[in-house]
Amino acid sequence: MNWIAASLADAARLAFSLDPRLYAIIGLSLAVSLASVTFASIAGGLIGAAVAVGRFPGRRVLIVLLNAAMGLPPVVVGLVVYLMLSRAGPLGAAGLLFTPQAMVIAQFVLITPLIAALTRQVIEDAWREYEEQLRSLGARAWQAALTLLWDTRFSLLTVVLAGLGRAMAEVGAVMIVGGNIDGVTRVMTTTIALETSKGDLPLAVGLGVILVLIVLLLNAAAYGVREWAVRRHG
Amino acid sequence: MAEPMLQLRDLVFEGRGHRAIDGVTLALDAGRTAILGANGAGKSVLLRLMHGLLMPSSGEVQWTGIDGRAPRLAMVFQKPVLLRRSALDNVIYGLQLSPAQRAEPAARLRERALAALARVDLAHLAQRPGRVLSGGEQQRVALARAWALEPDVLLLDEPTASLDPAAMRAVEAVILEIAAGGTSIVMTTHHRGLARRFADSVVFLDAGRVAEHTPVNEFFAQPRSGGGHAYLEGEIA
Repeated sequence: MNWIAASLADAARLAFSLDPRLYAIIGLSLAVSLASVTFASIAGGLIGAAVAVGRFPGRRVLIVLLNAAMGLPPVVVGLVVYLMLSRAGPLGAAGLLFTPQAMVIAQFVLITPLIAALTRQVIEDAWREYEEQLRSLGARAWQAALTLLWDTRFSLLTVVLAGLGRAMAEVGAVMIVGGNIDGVTRVMTTTIALETSKGDLPLAVGLGVILVLIVLLLNAAAYGVREWAVRRHG
Repeated sequence: MAEPMLQLRDLVFEGRGHRAIDGVTLALDAGRTAILGANGAGKSVLLRLMHGLLMPSSGEVQWTGIDGRAPRLAMVFQKPVLLRRSALDNVIYGLQLSPAQRAEPAARLRERALAALARVDLAHLAQRPGRVLSGGEQQRVALARAWALEPDVLLLDEPTASLDPAAMRAVEAVILEIAAGGTSIVMTTHHRGLARRFADSVVFLDAGRVAEHTPVNEFFAQPRSGGGHAYLEGEIA
């Protein structure tokens, strides 16, 4: 147990050390995850709302595919994005491989289905309550979808957090497409994996603790916002 | 003789193996109509068929045009659904969706919405979130939202159900005022007192069929159908 205590102590020291390398890693992690979650929330939100409100051929198949895609293995996603972005791939000319942008793309592919599937569920539940009212007011499907997205925004915050959680915890895909290059594409999860393999446990544990704290803080903030919203808006 | 406002011909609605509306043929004139009947008689389904929220399994719903256009319909439900925004924004939302009003400038829509809220005596709560208002206030916001659309016909589905007496009186006052302004109203209700005070005529539904369609005084004095008689005697509810 001593090594755990020692690692935690080292981790605390590390967290307050103001080491620019450490903060660069944390900053890049947050930047990549927030960017991918932002794009995935827009795309996944719209897809989820459209599937919830729309009635079109193949809708049920799409729901099954979205639900199944929530469990996409990150390394497979990483591999596919790698193949697309590699020099010989269809998007190779963009020169994005081993850049933070490639990591954003991989995380976007990974979490968009998650956000779309969970959004569909939230919107579909709301649609049951709102459908007659919105239809009686003459709302078209796309107007209803946008209205529901706005009206369920506080519930969807939890969905976005689920996406952010997955993005921040993700290691396989970003390792493949980012390459874990020091100072360029090294993020918290890839650093933890690397340092653990090197036996540098204090750094790995320190980053792990910081990662968990960030996720906890974000969730606490979202919970607070949701509670406030329920009191304020009913 | 003026053409009826609404004609239903051999209207049938089946859902989940149950025939909720069973061959309704009915002509309604402009004015105030109450649809009465026991639970499960098909009142709410009939109202939704009139509005077009439900499509009939067979038969026809035909509204008579007004000045060469289709009549404007609005509907208020038993449980009003207000959006998570202010009372004022709920009314504005309805206006933004209305083909007749959405082209107007935002300031004009806001003005209209405020006027509608003032008419239901809720101007002072305009900025309050709609969903935190009391049940009666929410129903009045829903009525204001419908009223702001300047409908030719307002369809009301049990608008006073599950309201306390004070809220019921306030909602009833609004309904009477809307009717006094010339809007035709078709209302389903279990509230016999409201039907008696409000309606010109009563349509009594029994197991998805029109058992009778009579002037309100006749219905309450001497119902023609056995079902109507049993309903007024309290034998069915």
